[in-house]
Amino acid sequence: MDLTAKPAHELRALLDRGELSSEELTRAYLERIDRLDRGINAYITVTADLALEMARKADVRIRRGEAGPLTGIPLGLKDLLVTRGVRTTCASRILENYVPPYDGTAVRRLREAGAVFLGKLNMDEFAMGSSNETSAFGPVRNPWDPDRVPGGSSGGSAAAVASGLAAAALGSDTGGSIRQPAAFCGVVGLKPTYGRVSRYGLVAFASSLDQIGPLARDVEDAAWLFAAVAGHDPLDSTSVDEPVPDPRACLVPEARGLRVGVPREYFTEGLDPQVEALVRRAIRVLEEQGAEIREVCLPHTEYAVATYYLIAPAEASSNLARYDGVKYGLRVEGGDLIDTYRKTRAQGFGAEVKRRIMLGTYALSAGYYDAYYLRALRVRRLIAQDFRAAFETVDVIACPTTPTAAFRLGEKIHDPLQMYLNDIFTIPANLAGLPGISVPCGFTDQGLPVGLQLLAAPFAESVLLRAAYAYEQAAALPPRRPPLERRSP
Amino acid sequence: MRITRDEVLHVAGLARLEFEPDEIEAFTGQLAAILDYVAKLEELDLEGVEPMAHVHEAVNAFREDEVRRSLPREEVLAAAPDAEEGCFRVPKVIEA
Repeated sequence: MDLTAKPAHELRALLDRGELSSEELTRAYLERIDRLDRGINAYITVTADLALEMARKADVRIRRGEAGPLTGIPLGLKDLLVTRGVRTTCASRILENYVPPYDGTAVRRLREAGAVFLGKLNMDEFAMGSSNETSAFGPVRNPWDPDRVPGGSSGGSAAAVASGLAAAALGSDTGGSIRQPAAFCGVVGLKPTYGRVSRYGLVAFASSLDQIGPLARDVEDAAWLFAAVAGHDPLDSTSVDEPVPDPRACLVPEARGLRVGVPREYFTEGLDPQVEALVRRAIRVLEEQGAEIREVCLPHTEYAVATYYLIAPAEASSNLARYDGVKYGLRVEGGDLIDTYRKTRAQGFGAEVKRRIMLGTYALSAGYYDAYYLRALRVRRLIAQDFRAAFETVDVIACPTTPTAAFRLGEKIHDPLQMYLNDIFTIPANLAGLPGISVPCGFTDQGLPVGLQLLAAPFAESVLLRAAYAYEQAAALPPRRPPLERRSP
Repeated sequence: MRITRDEVLHVAGLARLEFEPDEIEAFTGQLAAILDYVAKLEELDLEGVEPMAHVHEAVNAFREDEVRRSLPREEVLAAAPDAEEGCFRVPKVIEA
């Protein structure tokens, strides 16, 4: 029995029946990480001692009959989630040795739930990238093909879950950073509604867009992990006080009466024919389950990437002003204080982060603010209004997560604009604050996974999860694992 | 070109960044290409459309002004590049 191939809800049953201890399970994961992660590079930091200590505590709790859904389950955390006593690098040289004195709220909730932390997962530097190639700790490899990217920015999270190096993981999504790598690696990735999960202790990239969410083996695991971290938090004034859906009520394999909108703007040139065929087949599966398929119109879709690449860098340029070499992180001494700031930031940030700080600073600077930033905020409203109108007639929207399957390492990294255009189908949900999920819907002829993306109205995660679960159960794709063991020496 | 080398240097100063000369050339070209692309937004008639800075358009979230425990000073300073006598230590800013 390979424990590392099982979804968390199956492990839950084994743990609760006493057929398996969390310590055994955690050792199995640590052994696999030790053996296979050299070829994947999913982890920046493995916290073996902490994991075993958490596992032993979880075992006590399980024996007492006090286990919750995640007690004793080994998880990975994207390395921008602040963890007390465990270095949190954001995959950046500027935070390479930063050991935070506190836990972020999502992390604290998982600790209280009795989850086990295997370590901190690789990502694009400060979550800025779509391929994991901007990490200061080296790129992550796609477990299905080591010459391809795992997607980004939560590439380490997606690759770890796909290759059995974590039972599930937390990531974050600013323009697709959970859903796109989930699609590229063949796992489920959920971006909650903006405001669902507290951002306290999530290192900020673009504060009006960032959300924490789960990457998991299946929809059921994603639902439990989502429910564990969601909910209002007084430490994040943008977190919203709405009741969190009960996963049991969402995990019903029933699509009858579900109104599914298919936006024609997401099936245009640039969409790979194999991806299109698999996504259309997935939509037919929903239809066969009794869902009603309707065409919807999202006319401002083509402006989403341009809007995002003004708003996100503008917010980032402000957020990243805090890295000044004074309170934490790297300091490179210069001739005076200003020179110290400049040298610290020039040496601490990588090229993509600098590019976005520059773009954002430019878009906010005197003389350009109205032409760029303010214009982008106006278009953002048009994009949000498109969705509001669509959700008056449908319950969920179904479309591809990405225009293509995973691309090759090095293919887009030298052409920032081509890299940005890869996010075309995921960005609109962030601009409008909607929940979205990517669910595996098959493989291309090259053996690369493809994701079906479902979107719902704000705070309608219960509808979203029900649609995703109904699809997953009806499609019943045969289980497939990446060919890792064959490659390892 | 939508952005010149001099503007790139000006923005780098505002952002407290510095670049090697060859990096400046590369950045100028890349930023110009991105700005050309985002100019697509100029196609739209935005007359009467209000800017949307935030999806929930939240009003202020108020709370009682209560004293709460903050992070332990020693642990916060332990993460600082330089600290002395309970304070962050920085290069001299004011000349005597």
